[in-house]
Amino acid sequence: MPTKISLSNLSKSFPSRSALITAIDNVSLDISSGTFCVIVGPSGCGKTTLLRIAAGLESKTSGDLSIVREDLKRPLNAMVFQGDSIFPWMSVWDNAAYGLKMRGAGAGEIREVVSHYLDRTGLLRFAEYFPHQLSGGMRQRVSIARAFANDPEVLLMDEPFSALDEQNKLLLQEELLRIWEEHKKTVLFITHSVDEAVTLGDKIVVMTASPGRIKAVVDINLPRPRNILELRRDPEFGELVFQIWGYLRAEVDAARARAS
Amino acid sequence: MFFGERLIGVISPLLLLIVWEALVRFQVISPQFFPAPSSIIEALIKLSRSGELWSNVSASLHRLVLGFIIGGVPALVLGIIMGLSRPIRLFIDPLIASTYPIPKSALLPLVLLIFGLGENSKIAMVAMGVFYPVIMNTVTGVLQIPKIYFDVSSNFGASPWKIFRTVALPGAAPFILTGVKLGVGMGLILIAIAEMVGADSGLGYMIWNAWQLMDVEVMYVGLLVIAFLGFVFTLLLDELERWFLPWRKTM
Repeated sequence: MPTKISLSNLSKSFPSRSALITAIDNVSLDISSGTFCVIVGPSGCGKTTLLRIAAGLESKTSGDLSIVREDLKRPLNAMVFQGDSIFPWMSVWDNAAYGLKMRGAGAGEIREVVSHYLDRTGLLRFAEYFPHQLSGGMRQRVSIARAFANDPEVLLMDEPFSALDEQNKLLLQEELLRIWEEHKKTVLFITHSVDEAVTLGDKIVVMTASPGRIKAVVDINLPRPRNILELRRDPEFGELVFQIWGYLRAEVDAARARAS
Repeated sequence: MFFGERLIGVISPLLLLIVWEALVRFQVISPQFFPAPSSIIEALIKLSRSGELWSNVSASLHRLVLGFIIGGVPALVLGIIMGLSRPIRLFIDPLIASTYPIPKSALLPLVLLIFGLGENSKIAMVAMGVFYPVIMNTVTGVLQIPKIYFDVSSNFGASPWKIFRTVALPGAAPFILTGVKLGVGMGLILIAIAEMVGADSGLGYMIWNAWQLMDVEVMYVGLLVIAFLGFVFTLLLDELERWFLPWRKTM
Protein backbone atom coordinates (compact mmCIF):
# COMPACT_ATOMS: atom_id res chain seq x y z
CA MET A 1 0.00 0.00 0.00
CA PRO A 2 1.26 3.54 -0.74
CA THR A 3 2.17 5.87 2.07
CA LYS A 4 -0.72 8.01 3.30
CA ILE A 5 0.69 9.89 6.26
CA SER A 6 4.35 10.68 6.39
CA LEU A 7 6.23 12.16 9.34
CA SER A 8 9.88 13.04 8.87
CA ASN A 9 12.01 14.41 11.69
CA LEU A 10 8.94 16.06 13.18
CA SER A 11 9.74 18.13 16.26
CA LYS A 12 7.74 20.44 18.45
CA SER A 13 8.91 22.52 21.37
CA PHE A 14 7.09 24.97 23.60
CA PRO A 15 8.68 27.93 25.29
CA SER A 16 8.16 27.75 29.04
CA ARG A 17 9.24 30.16 31.76
CA SER A 18 12.77 28.88 32.11
CA ALA A 19 13.56 26.82 29.05
CA LEU A 20 12.30 25.30 25.84
CA ILE A 21 10.29 22.16 26.48
CA THR A 22 10.52 19.57 23.75
CA ALA A 23 7.23 17.75 23.34
CA ILE A 24 8.04 15.80 20.19
CA ASP A 25 11.61 15.00 19.26
CA ASN A 26 12.54 13.96 15.76
CA VAL A 27 9.71 11.60 15.01
CA SER A 28 9.79 9.85 11.63
CA LEU A 29 7.03 7.48 10.63
CA ASP A 30 5.29 6.30 7.48
CA ILE A 31 1.72 5.10 7.65
CA SER A 32 0.46 3.34 4.58
CA SER A 33 -2.97 3.88 3.12
CA GLY A 34 -5.78 2.02 4.87
CA THR A 35 -3.80 1.41 8.04
CA PHE A 36 -5.37 1.74 11.46
CA CYS A 37 -2.37 3.16 13.28
CA VAL A 38 -2.46 3.53 17.06
CA ILE A 39 -0.02 5.61 19.05
CA VAL A 40 0.40 4.62 22.70
CA GLY A 41 2.49 6.41 25.23
CA PRO A 42 2.51 7.65 28.81
CA SER A 43 0.65 10.88 29.52
CA GLY A 44 2.67 13.92 28.57
CA CYS A 45 4.57 12.15 25.79
CA GLY A 46 3.33 14.60 23.18
CA LYS A 47 0.99 12.21 21.42
CA THR A 48 -1.91 14.65 21.52
CA THR A 49 0.38 17.41 20.25
CA LEU A 50 1.35 15.17 17.35
CA LEU A 51 -2.28 14.62 16.48
CA ARG A 52 -3.08 18.32 16.74
CA ILE A 53 -0.25 19.06 14.32
CA ALA A 54 -1.73 16.50 11.92
CA ALA A 55 -5.13 18.19 12.35
CA GLY A 56 -3.66 21.59 11.50
CA LEU A 57 -4.59 22.93 14.93
CA GLU A 58 -1.02 23.42 16.02
CA SER A 59 2.19 24.36 14.26
CA LYS A 60 5.30 22.20 14.11
CA THR A 61 8.71 23.49 15.12
CA SER A 62 10.70 21.58 12.52
CA GLY A 63 10.52 18.56 10.28
CA ASP A 64 7.50 17.62 8.24
CA LEU A 65 4.13 15.97 8.45
CA SER A 66 2.24 15.40 5.26
CA ILE A 67 -0.97 13.67 4.31
CA VAL A 68 -1.25 12.42 0.76
CA ARG A 69 -4.32 13.78 -0.95
CA GLU A 70 -6.10 11.45 -3.36
CA ASP A 71 -9.32 13.33 -3.94
CA LEU A 72 -9.29 17.10 -4.08
CA LYS A 73 -12.94 17.33 -3.12
CA ARG A 74 -12.40 15.55 0.19
CA PRO A 75 -11.10 17.30 3.30
CA LEU A 76 -7.66 16.30 4.46
CA ASN A 77 -8.64 15.16 7.93
CA ALA A 78 -11.42 15.03 10.48
CA MET A 79 -10.83 14.70 14.16
CA VAL A 80 -12.69 12.94 16.94
CA PHE A 81 -11.79 14.90 20.05
CA GLN A 82 -11.24 13.71 23.56
CA GLY A 83 -14.20 14.54 25.79
CA ASP A 84 -17.27 16.54 24.89
CA SER A 85 -16.83 18.27 21.57
CA ILE A 86 -20.23 18.19 19.92
CA PHE A 87 -22.01 21.54 19.89
CA PRO A 88 -24.60 21.75 22.67
CA TRP A 89 -26.64 24.22 20.59
CA MET A 90 -27.11 21.88 17.64
CA SER A 91 -29.29 18.81 17.33
CA VAL A 92 -27.65 15.43 16.79
CA TRP A 93 -28.42 15.73 13.10
CA ASP A 94 -26.89 19.19 12.71
CA ASN A 95 -23.83 18.12 14.65
CA ALA A 96 -23.28 15.10 12.42
CA ALA A 97 -23.83 17.25 9.32
CA TYR A 98 -21.44 19.98 10.50
CA GLY A 99 -18.42 19.12 8.34
CA LEU A 100 -20.50 18.60 5.22
CA LYS A 101 -22.30 21.91 5.74
CA MET A 102 -19.05 23.77 6.34
CA ARG A 103 -17.71 22.62 3.01
CA GLY A 104 -20.92 23.39 1.22
CA ALA A 105 -22.13 19.90 0.34
CA GLY A 106 -25.51 19.63 -1.37
CA ALA A 107 -28.67 19.02 0.64
CA GLY A 108 -29.20 15.61 -0.95
CA GLU A 109 -25.69 14.43 -0.18
CA ILE A 110 -25.95 15.68 3.40
CA ARG A 111 -29.23 13.87 3.93
CA GLU A 112 -27.91 10.62 2.51
CA VAL A 113 -24.53 10.60 4.24
CA VAL A 114 -25.69 11.83 7.63
CA SER A 115 -28.57 9.41 7.86
CA HIS A 116 -26.21 6.59 6.89
CA TYR A 117 -23.74 7.31 9.69
CA LEU A 118 -26.41 8.13 12.27
CA ASP A 119 -27.95 4.79 11.40
CA ARG A 120 -24.60 3.03 11.73
CA THR A 121 -24.09 4.56 15.17
CA GLY A 122 -27.66 3.81 16.28
CA LEU A 123 -28.52 7.48 16.57
CA LEU A 124 -31.08 7.92 13.81
CA ARG A 125 -33.96 7.87 16.29
CA PHE A 126 -32.26 10.61 18.25
CA ALA A 127 -31.56 12.90 15.29
CA GLU A 128 -33.68 15.72 16.69
CA TYR A 129 -32.30 15.43 20.23
CA PHE A 130 -29.94 17.95 21.76
CA PRO A 131 -26.66 16.78 23.32
CA HIS A 132 -27.76 17.43 26.89
CA GLN A 133 -30.47 14.83 26.41
CA LEU A 134 -27.90 12.13 25.53
CA SER A 135 -25.54 10.00 27.59
CA GLY A 136 -21.77 10.44 27.34
CA GLY A 137 -21.47 7.36 25.12
CA MET A 138 -24.11 8.64 22.72
CA ARG A 139 -22.46 12.04 22.54
CA GLN A 140 -19.19 10.42 21.56
CA ARG A 141 -21.04 8.41 18.91
CA VAL A 142 -22.24 11.71 17.43
CA SER A 143 -18.65 12.89 17.34
CA ILE A 144 -17.62 9.73 15.49
CA ALA A 145 -20.53 10.04 13.05
CA ARG A 146 -19.56 13.68 12.43
CA ALA A 147 -15.98 12.72 11.56
CA PHE A 148 -16.94 9.81 9.29
CA ALA A 149 -19.70 11.80 7.57
CA ASN A 150 -17.15 14.41 6.55
CA ASP A 151 -15.41 11.70 4.50
CA PRO A 152 -11.84 12.88 5.11
CA GLU A 153 -8.63 11.50 3.63
CA VAL A 154 -7.56 10.45 7.13
CA LEU A 155 -9.33 10.15 10.47
CA LEU A 156 -7.66 11.47 13.59
CA MET A 157 -8.82 10.26 16.99
CA ASP A 158 -7.59 11.67 20.25
CA GLU A 159 -8.41 9.21 23.05
CA PRO A 160 -12.05 9.30 22.03
CA PHE A 161 -13.17 6.69 24.54
CA SER A 162 -11.11 7.66 27.56
CA ALA A 163 -13.98 9.39 29.35
CA LEU A 164 -16.36 6.44 28.95
CA ASP A 165 -17.04 3.59 31.33
CA GLU A 166 -15.69 0.11 30.51
CA GLN A 167 -18.92 -1.26 29.02
CA ASN A 168 -19.58 1.73 26.83
CA LYS A 169 -15.98 1.76 25.73
CA LEU A 170 -16.25 -1.84 24.53
CA LEU A 171 -19.45 -1.12 22.61
CA LEU A 172 -18.01 1.94 20.94
CA GLN A 173 -14.78 0.18 19.99
CA GLU A 174 -16.90 -2.50 18.35
CA GLU A 175 -18.98 0.10 16.49
CA LEU A 176 -15.91 2.01 15.43
CA LEU A 177 -14.36 -1.12 13.91
CA ARG A 178 -17.60 -2.00 12.16
CA ILE A 179 -17.91 1.45 10.57
CA TRP A 180 -14.23 1.57 9.75
CA GLU A 181 -14.45 -1.79 7.92
CA GLU A 182 -16.78 -0.20 5.35
CA HIS A 183 -14.11 1.97 3.74
CA LYS A 184 -10.90 1.22 5.65
CA LYS A 185 -9.78 4.80 5.85
CA THR A 186 -6.36 5.57 7.20
CA VAL A 187 -6.69 6.23 10.94
CA LEU A 188 -4.33 7.80 13.41
CA PHE A 189 -5.62 6.92 16.85
CA ILE A 190 -4.16 8.07 20.16
CA THR A 191 -4.66 6.14 23.37
CA HIS A 192 -2.96 5.36 26.66
CA SER A 193 -4.63 1.95 26.81
CA VAL A 194 -2.57 -0.96 25.52
CA ASP A 195 -5.67 -3.16 25.37
CA GLU A 196 -7.42 -0.65 23.17
CA ALA A 197 -4.39 -0.30 20.94
CA VAL A 198 -4.12 -4.04 20.27
CA THR A 199 -7.88 -4.40 19.87
CA LEU A 200 -8.14 -1.73 17.19
CA GLY A 201 -4.81 -1.33 15.47
CA ASP A 202 -2.89 -2.71 12.52
CA LYS A 203 0.20 -0.92 13.61
CA ILE A 204 1.14 0.26 17.08
CA VAL A 205 3.64 2.99 17.72
CA VAL A 206 4.98 3.12 21.28
CA MET A 207 6.25 6.53 22.33
CA THR A 208 8.71 7.43 25.05
CA ALA A 209 7.99 9.75 27.94
CA SER A 210 8.84 13.39 27.30
CA PRO A 211 10.40 14.27 25.01
CA GLY A 212 8.23 12.09 22.80
CA ARG A 213 10.22 9.80 20.54
CA ILE A 214 9.33 6.54 18.89
CA LYS A 215 10.36 3.64 21.07
CA ALA A 216 8.97 0.75 19.06
CA VAL A 217 6.66 -0.02 16.17
CA VAL A 218 4.69 -3.25 16.38
CA ASP A 219 2.61 -4.70 13.54
CA ILE A 220 -0.57 -6.40 14.62
CA ASN A 221 -1.59 -9.20 12.34
CA LEU A 222 -4.73 -10.30 14.11
CA PRO A 223 -7.33 -11.17 11.44
CA ARG A 224 -10.13 -8.78 10.52
CA PRO A 225 -12.99 -8.27 10.93
CA ARG A 226 -12.27 -8.58 14.61
CA ASN A 227 -14.64 -9.71 17.27
CA ILE A 228 -13.66 -7.80 20.36
CA LEU A 229 -14.87 -10.49 22.75
CA GLU A 230 -13.29 -13.38 20.86
CA LEU A 231 -10.07 -11.41 20.68
CA ARG A 232 -9.88 -11.45 24.45
CA ARG A 233 -9.28 -15.19 24.56
CA ASP A 234 -6.90 -15.31 21.64
CA PRO A 235 -3.44 -16.16 23.08
CA GLU A 236 -1.84 -13.92 20.45
CA PHE A 237 -3.78 -10.96 21.82
CA GLY A 238 -2.39 -11.58 25.29
CA GLU A 239 1.09 -12.01 23.87
CA LEU A 240 0.90 -8.65 22.06
CA VAL A 241 -0.47 -6.81 25.09
CA PHE A 242 2.35 -8.30 27.14
CA GLN A 243 4.98 -7.30 24.59
CA ILE A 244 3.75 -3.71 24.24
CA TRP A 245 3.38 -3.31 27.98
CA GLY A 246 7.01 -4.34 28.18
CA TYR A 247 8.02 -1.40 25.99
CA LEU A 248 5.70 0.98 27.74
CA ARG A 249 6.50 0.00 31.32
CA ALA A 250 9.86 1.68 31.47
CA GLU A 251 8.38 4.87 29.98
CA VAL A 252 5.49 5.02 32.42
CA ASP A 253 7.96 4.55 35.28
CA ALA A 254 10.14 7.30 33.87
CA ALA A 255 7.18 9.67 33.52
CA ARG A 256 6.15 8.92 37.11
CA ALA A 257 9.64 9.44 38.44
CA ARG A 258 9.79 12.83 36.74
CA ALA A 259 6.43 13.86 38.10
CA SER A 260 7.30 13.08 41.73
CA MET B 1 -49.24 22.39 44.77
CA PHE B 2 -47.99 24.40 41.80
CA PHE B 3 -51.33 26.13 41.51
CA GLY B 4 -51.27 26.87 45.24
CA GLU B 5 -47.89 28.54 44.96
CA ARG B 6 -49.08 30.63 42.04
CA LEU B 7 -52.06 31.71 44.11
CA ILE B 8 -49.79 32.96 46.89
CA GLY B 9 -48.03 35.15 44.33
CA VAL B 10 -51.34 36.76 43.35
CA ILE B 11 -52.59 37.27 46.90
CA SER B 12 -50.03 39.83 48.02
CA PRO B 13 -50.58 42.47 45.32
CA LEU B 14 -54.33 41.95 45.54
CA LEU B 15 -54.21 42.42 49.29
CA LEU B 16 -52.19 45.60 48.85
CA LEU B 17 -54.79 47.03 46.48
CA ILE B 18 -57.66 46.19 48.83
CA VAL B 19 -55.93 47.71 51.85
CA TRP B 20 -55.00 50.76 49.79
CA GLU B 21 -58.57 51.24 48.58
CA ALA B 22 -59.91 50.83 52.11
CA LEU B 23 -57.42 53.30 53.60
CA VAL B 24 -58.49 55.95 51.09
CA ARG B 25 -62.20 55.30 51.58
CA PHE B 26 -61.88 55.57 55.37
CA GLN B 27 -59.82 58.71 54.83
CA VAL B 28 -56.75 57.35 56.59
CA ILE B 29 -54.49 58.44 53.71
CA SER B 30 -54.99 61.38 51.44
CA PRO B 31 -56.24 60.75 47.90
CA GLN B 32 -54.21 63.78 46.91
CA PHE B 33 -51.06 61.67 47.23
CA PHE B 34 -52.43 58.16 47.00
CA PRO B 35 -55.60 58.15 44.92
CA ALA B 36 -57.69 55.00 45.35
CA PRO B 37 -56.97 52.17 42.90
CA SER B 38 -60.54 52.45 41.67
CA SER B 39 -60.07 56.08 40.66
CA ILE B 40 -56.74 55.23 38.97
CA ILE B 41 -58.54 52.60 36.90
CA GLU B 42 -61.20 55.15 36.10
CA ALA B 43 -58.53 57.56 34.84
CA LEU B 44 -56.94 54.74 32.84
CA ILE B 45 -60.23 54.00 31.09
CA LYS B 46 -60.84 57.68 30.41
CA LEU B 47 -57.35 58.17 28.96
CA SER B 48 -57.59 55.12 26.75
CA ARG B 49 -61.05 56.18 25.48
CA SER B 50 -59.78 59.62 24.55
CA GLY B 51 -56.85 58.04 22.71
CA GLU B 52 -54.36 60.05 24.72
CA LEU B 53 -52.92 56.94 26.37
CA TRP B 54 -52.39 55.11 23.09
CA SER B 55 -50.64 57.98 21.37
CA ASN B 56 -48.26 58.28 24.34
CA VAL B 57 -47.66 54.52 24.56
CA SER B 58 -46.96 54.28 20.85
CA ALA B 59 -44.58 57.27 20.96
CA SER B 60 -42.59 55.63 23.77
CA LEU B 61 -42.64 52.20 22.12
CA HIS B 62 -41.46 53.67 18.84
CA ARG B 63 -38.46 55.30 20.55
CA LEU B 64 -37.74 52.18 22.59
CA VAL B 65 -37.69 49.91 19.57
CA LEU B 66 -35.54 52.23 17.46
CA GLY B 67 -33.15 52.88 20.35
CA PHE B 68 -32.94 49.18 20.97
CA ILE B 69 -31.95 48.42 17.41
CA ILE B 70 -29.52 51.34 17.14
CA GLY B 71 -27.83 50.51 20.46
CA GLY B 72 -28.22 46.74 20.56
CA VAL B 73 -27.14 45.61 17.09
CA PRO B 74 -23.72 47.34 17.07
CA ALA B 75 -23.18 46.18 20.67
CA LEU B 76 -23.86 42.61 19.61
CA VAL B 77 -21.56 42.67 16.60
CA LEU B 78 -18.77 44.55 18.34
CA GLY B 79 -19.12 42.34 21.43
CA ILE B 80 -18.63 39.17 19.41
CA ILE B 81 -15.67 40.63 17.53
CA MET B 82 -14.12 41.67 20.83
CA GLY B 83 -14.73 38.21 22.26
CA LEU B 84 -13.04 36.58 19.28
CA SER B 85 -10.05 38.90 18.91
CA ARG B 86 -7.80 39.60 21.84
CA PRO B 87 -6.09 42.69 20.31
CA ILE B 88 -9.40 44.34 19.48
CA ARG B 89 -10.66 43.51 22.98
CA LEU B 90 -7.60 45.08 24.58
CA PHE B 91 -8.04 48.14 22.38
CA ILE B 92 -11.73 48.77 23.06
CA ASP B 93 -12.06 47.52 26.65
CA PRO B 94 -10.67 50.67 28.30
CA LEU B 95 -13.12 52.83 26.37
CA ILE B 96 -16.03 50.83 27.67
CA ALA B 97 -14.72 50.46 31.21
CA SER B 98 -14.18 54.21 31.50
CA THR B 99 -17.52 55.35 30.06
CA TYR B 100 -19.73 52.65 31.59
CA PRO B 101 -19.81 54.13 35.15
CA ILE B 102 -21.19 57.48 33.91
CA PRO B 103 -24.89 57.51 34.79
CA LYS B 104 -26.63 57.66 31.45
CA SER B 105 -29.27 59.98 32.91
CA ALA B 106 -26.54 62.51 33.66
CA LEU B 107 -25.79 62.64 29.96
CA LEU B 108 -29.26 63.88 29.07
CA PRO B 109 -28.32 67.60 28.85
CA LEU B 110 -25.41 66.75 26.59
CA VAL B 111 -27.59 64.49 24.46
CA LEU B 112 -30.20 67.25 24.17
CA LEU B 113 -27.47 69.64 23.12
CA ILE B 114 -26.18 67.29 20.45
CA PHE B 115 -29.40 65.74 19.18
CA GLY B 116 -31.86 68.51 19.91
CA LEU B 117 -35.26 68.35 21.53
CA GLY B 118 -36.81 66.05 18.94
CA GLU B 119 -37.06 62.29 18.59
CA ASN B 120 -33.35 61.72 18.14
CA SER B 121 -32.33 62.63 21.68
CA LYS B 122 -34.85 60.14 23.13
CA ILE B 123 -33.72 57.39 20.82
CA ALA B 124 -30.07 58.14 21.61
CA MET B 125 -30.73 57.84 25.35
CA VAL B 126 -32.33 54.41 24.93
CA ALA B 127 -29.55 53.31 22.58
CA MET B 128 -26.88 54.24 25.13
CA GLY B 129 -28.68 52.41 27.88
CA VAL B 130 -29.01 49.25 25.80
CA PHE B 131 -25.50 49.35 24.37
CA TYR B 132 -23.56 48.73 27.57
CA PRO B 133 -25.28 45.68 29.04
CA VAL B 134 -25.48 44.03 25.62
CA ILE B 135 -21.82 44.55 24.69
CA MET B 136 -20.50 43.56 28.10
CA ASN B 137 -22.57 40.40 28.29
CA THR B 138 -21.76 39.47 24.71
CA VAL B 139 -18.00 39.71 25.29
CA THR B 140 -18.31 37.56 28.43
CA GLY B 141 -20.54 35.16 26.51
CA VAL B 142 -18.00 34.60 23.76
CA LEU B 143 -15.10 34.30 26.20
CA GLN B 144 -16.79 31.53 28.18
CA ILE B 145 -17.26 29.29 25.11
CA PRO B 146 -14.96 26.29 25.63
CA LYS B 147 -11.97 26.44 23.28
CA ILE B 148 -12.65 22.94 21.98
CA TYR B 149 -15.66 24.20 19.96
CA PHE B 150 -13.44 26.62 18.09
CA ASP B 151 -10.96 23.77 17.50
CA VAL B 152 -13.77 21.65 16.08
CA SER B 153 -15.00 24.35 13.72
CA SER B 154 -11.55 25.14 12.42
CA ASN B 155 -10.77 21.42 12.06
CA PHE B 156 -13.92 21.07 9.98
CA GLY B 157 -12.84 23.94 7.78
CA ALA B 158 -15.30 26.63 8.89
CA SER B 159 -14.67 30.10 7.47
CA PRO B 160 -14.45 33.05 9.90
CA TRP B 161 -18.02 33.99 9.05
CA LYS B 162 -19.20 30.45 9.72
CA ILE B 163 -17.27 30.31 12.99
CA PHE B 164 -19.10 33.49 13.94
CA ARG B 165 -22.47 32.05 12.99
CA THR B 166 -22.15 28.45 14.15
CA VAL B 167 -19.99 28.82 17.28
CA ALA B 168 -19.57 32.37 18.60
CA LEU B 169 -23.16 33.54 18.18
CA PRO B 170 -25.02 30.47 19.47
CA GLY B 171 -22.40 29.81 22.15
CA ALA B 172 -22.76 33.32 23.53
CA ALA B 173 -26.54 33.50 23.01
CA PRO B 174 -27.55 32.80 26.62
CA PHE B 175 -25.33 35.65 27.82
CA ILE B 176 -26.50 37.93 25.02
CA LEU B 177 -30.09 37.37 26.05
CA THR B 178 -29.24 38.27 29.64
CA GLY B 179 -27.69 41.47 28.29
CA VAL B 180 -30.82 42.21 26.29
CA LYS B 181 -32.98 41.73 29.39
CA LEU B 182 -30.84 44.15 31.35
CA GLY B 183 -30.93 46.50 28.37
CA VAL B 184 -34.75 46.50 28.33
CA GLY B 185 -34.79 47.59 31.97
CA MET B 186 -32.25 50.29 31.26
CA GLY B 187 -34.16 51.46 28.19
CA LEU B 188 -37.38 51.88 30.18
CA ILE B 189 -35.62 53.93 32.84
CA LEU B 190 -34.00 56.20 30.29
CA ILE B 191 -37.04 56.69 28.06
CA ALA B 192 -39.05 57.87 31.08
CA ILE B 193 -36.33 60.34 32.05
CA ALA B 194 -35.75 61.57 28.51
CA GLU B 195 -39.44 62.17 27.87
CA MET B 196 -39.81 64.26 31.00
CA VAL B 197 -37.56 66.94 29.52
CA GLY B 198 -38.53 68.74 26.39
CA ALA B 199 -40.93 66.17 25.00
CA ASP B 200 -44.54 66.52 23.99
CA SER B 201 -45.44 62.86 23.82
CA GLY B 202 -44.64 59.56 25.48
CA LEU B 203 -45.29 58.02 28.87
CA GLY B 204 -42.58 60.08 30.55
CA TYR B 205 -44.18 63.23 29.17
CA MET B 206 -47.58 62.06 30.37
CA ILE B 207 -46.31 61.59 33.92
CA TRP B 208 -44.45 64.88 33.95
CA ASN B 209 -47.40 66.77 32.49
CA ALA B 210 -49.69 65.25 35.11
CA TRP B 211 -47.37 66.49 37.83
CA GLN B 212 -47.54 70.00 36.45
CA LEU B 213 -51.33 69.86 36.29
CA MET B 214 -51.50 68.15 39.69
CA ASP B 215 -53.44 65.36 38.02
CA VAL B 216 -52.34 62.64 40.44
CA GLU B 217 -54.43 59.83 38.94
CA VAL B 218 -52.78 60.27 35.54
CA MET B 219 -49.36 60.08 37.16
CA TYR B 220 -50.29 56.69 38.57
CA VAL B 221 -51.69 55.57 35.24
CA GLY B 222 -48.30 56.39 33.64
CA LEU B 223 -46.44 54.37 36.25
CA LEU B 224 -48.83 51.48 35.89
CA VAL B 225 -48.46 51.38 32.11
CA ILE B 226 -44.64 51.54 32.25
CA ALA B 227 -44.62 48.68 34.76
CA PHE B 228 -46.94 46.73 32.48
CA LEU B 229 -44.69 47.34 29.46
CA GLY B 230 -41.68 46.05 31.39
CA PHE B 231 -43.66 42.98 32.40
CA VAL B 232 -44.72 42.28 28.79
CA PHE B 233 -41.13 42.68 27.54
CA THR B 234 -39.92 40.17 30.12
CA LEU B 235 -42.56 37.68 29.02
CA LEU B 236 -41.66 38.20 25.37
CA LEU B 237 -37.96 37.68 26.05
CA ASP B 238 -38.64 34.51 28.04
CA GLU B 239 -40.65 33.25 25.09
CA LEU B 240 -37.81 34.23 22.75
CA GLU B 241 -35.41 32.26 24.94
CA ARG B 242 -37.52 29.14 24.64
CA TRP B 243 -37.59 29.63 20.88
CA PHE B 244 -33.95 30.38 20.23
CA LEU B 245 -32.26 28.38 22.97
CA PRO B 246 -34.09 25.06 23.07
CA TRP B 247 -30.77 23.37 23.79
CA ARG B 248 -30.34 24.78 27.26
CA LYS B 249 -30.62 22.30 30.10
CA THR B 250 -32.50 24.72 32.31
CA MET B 251 -35.40 25.06 29.90
